[in-house]
Amino acid sequence: MKYNIDDNGYYGEFGGAYIPEMLYPNVEELRQNYLKVMAEPEFQEEFKQLLQDYVGRPSPLYFAKRLSEKYNTKIYLKREDLNHTGAHKINNTIGQILMAKRLGKNRIIAETGAGQHGVATATVCALMGLECIVYMGEIDIARQAPNVARMKMLGATVIPALSGSRTLKDATNEAIRDWINNPVDTHYIIGSVVGPHPYPDMVARFQSVVSEEIQWQLKEKEGKTNPDYVIACVGGGSNAAGAYYHFLEDENVKLIAVEAAGLGIDTGESAATSVLGKEGIIHGSKTLLMQTQDGQITEPYSISAGLDYPGVGPMHAHLYKSGRAEFISITDDEAMKAGLELSELEGIIPAIESSHALAVFEKKKFEKEDILVLSLSGRGDKDLDTYIKYFEL
Amino acid sequence: MNRINKKLEENKKLFSIYFTAGYPNLDDTVPLIQNLEKAGVDMLEIGLPFSDPLADGPTIQASSTKALKNGMTSETLFEQLKDIRKSVSIPLIIMGYFNPMLQYGVEKFCAKCAEVGVDGLIIPDLPVDVYNDKYKTIFEKYGLINVFLITPQTSEKRIRFIDSISKGFIYMVSSSSVTGSQSGFGEEQIAYFNRIKEMNLKSPQIIGFGISDNLSFTQATDHAKGAIIGSAFIKYITNFGVKSVDKFVSKILKG
Repeated sequence: MKYNIDDNGYYGEFGGAYIPEMLYPNVEELRQNYLKVMAEPEFQEEFKQLLQDYVGRPSPLYFAKRLSEKYNTKIYLKREDLNHTGAHKINNTIGQILMAKRLGKNRIIAETGAGQHGVATATVCALMGLECIVYMGEIDIARQAPNVARMKMLGATVIPALSGSRTLKDATNEAIRDWINNPVDTHYIIGSVVGPHPYPDMVARFQSVVSEEIQWQLKEKEGKTNPDYVIACVGGGSNAAGAYYHFLEDENVKLIAVEAAGLGIDTGESAATSVLGKEGIIHGSKTLLMQTQDGQITEPYSISAGLDYPGVGPMHAHLYKSGRAEFISITDDEAMKAGLELSELEGIIPAIESSHALAVFEKKKFEKEDILVLSLSGRGDKDLDTYIKYFEL
Repeated sequence: MNRINKKLEENKKLFSIYFTAGYPNLDDTVPLIQNLEKAGVDMLEIGLPFSDPLADGPTIQASSTKALKNGMTSETLFEQLKDIRKSVSIPLIIMGYFNPMLQYGVEKFCAKCAEVGVDGLIIPDLPVDVYNDKYKTIFEKYGLINVFLITPQTSEKRIRFIDSISKGFIYMVSSSSVTGSQSGFGEEQIAYFNRIKEMNLKSPQIIGFGISDNLSFTQATDHAKGAIIGSAFIKYITNFGVKSVDKFVSKILKG
């Protein structure tokens, strides 16, 4: 395999587990068990059952007729926004909570930025009756009050990350520290395809249900399993990893990764890691990240909290470096416009993360007969406040 | 012979201190090193500050954030240390996270360490196997000792492996925790200290994390070659500045 993970936990030159010795036993326990556990028929059965009955899968593959007409091409939307809790995030948390139970863990920790992954984690902890602690930057807690309330209703404890810049990367640091301090009974549910091996691979596998469904759904609608393009937004990169997964090695399927340019690539207020990042180590993984010349990790910016991360998962770093995926940057303004357009043309209010992916149609010309699948990773309910302020609704 | 090895051969328990370079003020690094040697400290870990220090608690992270704000960088630290060997003879170790070293260039970083007289490195997020495969030859070329960590969770097999590739001492993390989150040692930790002692490793062990006073220092040095104090020292200089560090040192040593 050229684009998926190798036996040592690397995607090309990216990945690995650059972790302090204190984390070694936890990560090693997971590394030795995750594939074995995932291969168990009972695990698969329980996972699939929950995805169907609890999450509401399969999510529809919807042919967006009016959007397709406007851009004179064929656009399918993979409706992850219709999942329980409103985004793709829950595919991963369902998988990881089952993993945690099989490993005998009774305490769950997670990091969250805007609160989507925190809510998805709190949800599955409630479902399984496990203790849940979510780390969230103090600044994010202040600006994402509804999600904080949701997590509390679901029984989770939300702990503010007070260190550093008090946002997602610091919440991740605090979660890792918690794991160092609680090495035996605790499982850390990372929310994206980031972190030390085996996390990027494990999360990608749980999210790969997305591309698995795309294959058979497209077969029903178009008579073939493979689209010409798969388009997804990339923050850490979990929805993109899920949408690409079964197409990674099929180079007839072109992959487009959409990053958040924020106010613009050169403004200093951006999260376009492929353009602005350099190779380095963040949260235990060798990948591309935004940093100073001296190797200090810098603060990204995007109007979309889900794309506001200074790195990308190692799979995406490899897809970028190898040229397998085309990376396109979309500004706040372009994304907001695309979000409004989908609302008006198709009656679907997308999450601002997904709006970034939708903005690609203004940037890149596709052929009339091209078949495009776009991962509509989340719904816009959580972003109403931002939409209201931006459009003065 | 490397200064660390020479120090480890001395027939005494070693007292080592960690501090963050460039904290509380950018130019405190060199006077701090000189004052600590005068006060009787045996070895120093100079912390190269990092924006996201995963293995450290709030005290060291706050000092790192301040040091970075003060303008500390790898280049600045080497500049500050360039004449250090004219006035200081105790072993000096740079402790820092891997990304700043990677950006500086690992070989260039090692060459600079050797040039200014740094004797070793502690890099918590550079895993043992990656070091062994990719960086060992570079470190050895410049005569640098890479110090590895073990914790109460580290398996016996892994401890034996780490011992086999260690050239200096083993940094024994006292408990499953980030820095600065313990006070005094309980039965469980003493049992762990004894377990390691009974393994008869070839490398001497120095205990760190959770040592803050004469009692914990004595407990640690009863079971190992030495002890390292970090967070408690950072707290001290935060409150009292860098001039009176001899008082801190004598309080640890004499109670």
